[in-house]
Amino acid sequence: MDEVLIRTLTPTVIGVLIRRGAGFAAAEDAVQDALVEAVRTWPDGPPRDPKGWLVSVAWRRFLDATRADTARRRRDQRADEEPAPGPVTNVDDTLWLYFLCAHPSLTSSSAVALTLRAVGGLTTRQIARAYLVPEATMAQRISRAKRTVAGVRFDRPGDVATVLRVLYLVFNEGYSGDVDLEAEAIRLTRQLATVVDHEEVMGLLALMLLHHARRPARTTADGALVPLAEQDRGLWDTRLIAEGIGILRAALARDRLGEYQAQAAITALHADAETTAETDWPQIVEWYDELARITGSAVVRLNRAVAVGEADGARAGLVALAELDPSLPRYSAVAAYLHERDGDPATAARLYAEAARQAPNLAERDHLMRQAARLNS
Amino acid sequence: MAKYLLLKHYRGAPAPVNDVPMDQWTPDEISAHVRYMEDFAERLRETGEYVESQALAAEGTFVRYDGEGRPPVTDGPFAETKDLIAGWMVIDVDTYERALELAGELSAAPGAGGEPIHEWLELRPFMGAPPTIPE
Repeated sequence: MDEVLIRTLTPTVIGVLIRRGAGFAAAEDAVQDALVEAVRTWPDGPPRDPKGWLVSVAWRRFLDATRADTARRRRDQRADEEPAPGPVTNVDDTLWLYFLCAHPSLTSSSAVALTLRAVGGLTTRQIARAYLVPEATMAQRISRAKRTVAGVRFDRPGDVATVLRVLYLVFNEGYSGDVDLEAEAIRLTRQLATVVDHEEVMGLLALMLLHHARRPARTTADGALVPLAEQDRGLWDTRLIAEGIGILRAALARDRLGEYQAQAAITALHADAETTAETDWPQIVEWYDELARITGSAVVRLNRAVAVGEADGARAGLVALAELDPSLPRYSAVAAYLHERDGDPATAARLYAEAARQAPNLAERDHLMRQAARLNS
Repeated sequence: MAKYLLLKHYRGAPAPVNDVPMDQWTPDEISAHVRYMEDFAERLRETGEYVESQALAAEGTFVRYDGEGRPPVTDGPFAETKDLIAGWMVIDVDTYERALELAGELSAAPGAGGEPIHEWLELRPFMGAPPTIPE
């Protein structure tokens, strides 16, 4: 049975229920029930029309839940008077649901959780395991999020940027538990791209595909980080790279540059090179200039210093670095790298050790400590 | 979205402002303190920020490998100078500022005289997963 197909239908079915008069929270609960039912019964007898099946079952669940609540009798009657199910269009409903789940009134973690549940069709347990929190905590996070957006009505489209930010957060969470969040973020972004025509949606999708293509080479079998320069480029997924570059080209052709397109362009230039040495570093520096202009981000300028070091030599990279605030995250790591390239291994070793102490995760800390040890031994 | 550890010390942290040993509180003051901690955890469950909490016994032992075929060396219970952890709570919050806010709130638990004890809590971030796209 195709669990992904079922999940793909989730936002559409929720949209149908809402349009027939169900509240967001009640619709979402009813659809979750229907999904569980589908997972249980479809292997024995898959329906010819999966969407119609899910709509019928979810609607029945919604009515049951509503009837059970006597305080809601009036709404129950109104629901019973609704016209019988007929053919439905789903495009606007799906898009509306993306906006709702990424609504600015939600915190980042709530928006992520609600998106994975309502748009992605994941169970609360799956989401809780992916984020390593108790299921009860995640259930509360989701129900609070639903209450927060319960009264939200859209009279015009929301801001695509808020939706993209949430999908980007999901993608960056990577992999833990039984759900591959990188793949899930790509799936949701693909789905979004089918309902909204926006160059930054294409930019983010291209960025995700290009990064996902490198996943087999990013870590060793035991989980250690492999830096870009040392990755086995034969392990990169050329099909995904080609698709990402194609989507990016189409986006750039519209001449409305945004931060995801610029990031994707940098990633595409890396993906395009046979080796680190053959990388088009001058062009990467230019893209970092664009990205810094769009975002004003100091972290972008830090990455730019690395690219300058490759394009114009380590000394030029150090000059670019000198303009930046040393308290930036990963500043020491960049400084260590450039000092080593500049022929100063003692300073590099000291800075690698300092960077290791400040590292935000174990994989990076171990990698940086190994660099320091390599230079000290 | 980041996890933080709130560490409560028996010893090793700076002295709290309202520094009266717990055995000199009234039973009602102890009950009020315990209730405050439970209510705090319950509120975090409702906000979806609670991960877990555990209390530790006051007695512990340092243990060390002492070579092939020998029993491990032990040292303890802890000497007076050593740090001692009373327990922890793990929270999962959106920002560092929120973590600070919650630690401050927990530090305001009532003690002797029903006044906040202003005890020092240690706040430490968990290491996370490496981001797919290095920022």
